[in-house]
Amino acid sequence: MERFEVKFPASAAGAAQHPVLAGVVSSGNLEVLVETGADPAACSIEVNTSAHGFRDIWEAVLGDFAARHAVGGLRISINDAGATPAVVSLRLAQAFEHSRTEAP
Amino acid sequence: MSTRRMSYFEAAARARAAGLVDAGSLVEFCPPERRRTSPHLARLDAPVAFDDGLLAARATLGGHPVLLAAQEGKFNGGAVGEVHGAKICGLLRRAWAERPAAVLLLVDSGGVRLHEANAGLIAISEIMRGVLAVQAAGVPVLALVGGSCGAFGGMGIVTRLCDAVIMSEEGRLGLSGPEVIETVKGVGEFDARDRSLVWRVTGGKLRRALGEATALVEDDVAAFRAAALDCLQQARRASADLAALQAAQAALEARHANYPAARDGLEIWRAMGLADAERLPMLDAQEFNRRLAALDTERVQ
Repeated sequence: MERFEVKFPASAAGAAQHPVLAGVVSSGNLEVLVETGADPAACSIEVNTSAHGFRDIWEAVLGDFAARHAVGGLRISINDAGATPAVVSLRLAQAFEHSRTEAP
Repeated sequence: MSTRRMSYFEAAARARAAGLVDAGSLVEFCPPERRRTSPHLARLDAPVAFDDGLLAARATLGGHPVLLAAQEGKFNGGAVGEVHGAKICGLLRRAWAERPAAVLLLVDSGGVRLHEANAGLIAISEIMRGVLAVQAAGVPVLALVGGSCGAFGGMGIVTRLCDAVIMSEEGRLGLSGPEVIETVKGVGEFDARDRSLVWRVTGGKLRRALGEATALVEDDVAAFRAAALDCLQQARRASADLAALQAAQAALEARHANYPAARDGLEIWRAMGLADAERLPMLDAQEFNRRLAALDTERVQ
């Protein structure tokens, strides 16, 4: 497994009201956990992936996600089992959307 | 709530559970943010899941309090590891103390997780003991089987301990799975790539015809919900006294005697006297149940 954490300065999202989990850890898939983090002006993303040597691509995909959405104040944790960048993007967007809308 | 049909087979464990119980009633124990991940998988440098592939929760079903466990078949084949198993055991202990209207086990598992086999085996035996204790306390335990991994190995045994087993045709139930049988006994014994054979032997329709499943429903979360509600209303645990066990043993012996040479479900259906046996896999659950009921009525007369 390869582990790393990235942090993006970001405009405040108004914090996730409840932790949200999207996706399942299975081949070519990943799970994304969205919680409220400590810093309202930043988004921290922790990645735990079975695919070694793709940190550059991860940072590009995560940076793109952080730029598109108001993710400030979120703590995002990922368990990945070899998902492609497109799947990662969709799963992040899905988790983010649920964190805005999901009832308790 | 959406009226669109949700396939139980395709849905993830969390979606199944949410669709099964009363909307908004589900409260999870030991949720993903607690990060109770498998220490064994971490040591093996394998991917972990925040919930270790198991959702344990309280909810209401038709207004009745229930406790439920849902296995995620897509994570390591729904296999039972130490944390995964401990969550089921904890749920059963809670059921023993709280006496809810029922415990629902949404089984989707190949059995013990081989990465942590010793812990998994112990967990399975603790789950079995837990199920029996909950039943002895008067709380029915229902198994729902309709996921891609079916109910095999230890979870197959746990499923058969339950008071009711609700299956779809897509669901499968057995002890050793097809791949295991082929690996151990050879392709002549069982061709695990023959999907039709796999379902004729392990699928929901044969299990229903043999009485191992107590209800056969369509592959639809709403159908599973309706069947579970039905079980709640009439759930009476089959007594486990000596006479009942002897009757069950006699029924098994009769079954063995009735189909001595049967190789798969098709031959059993023919021997049972179900008309158009070849066409049975094509029937929907309702029509299949109707023919089975008609056969029972015929036998009684």
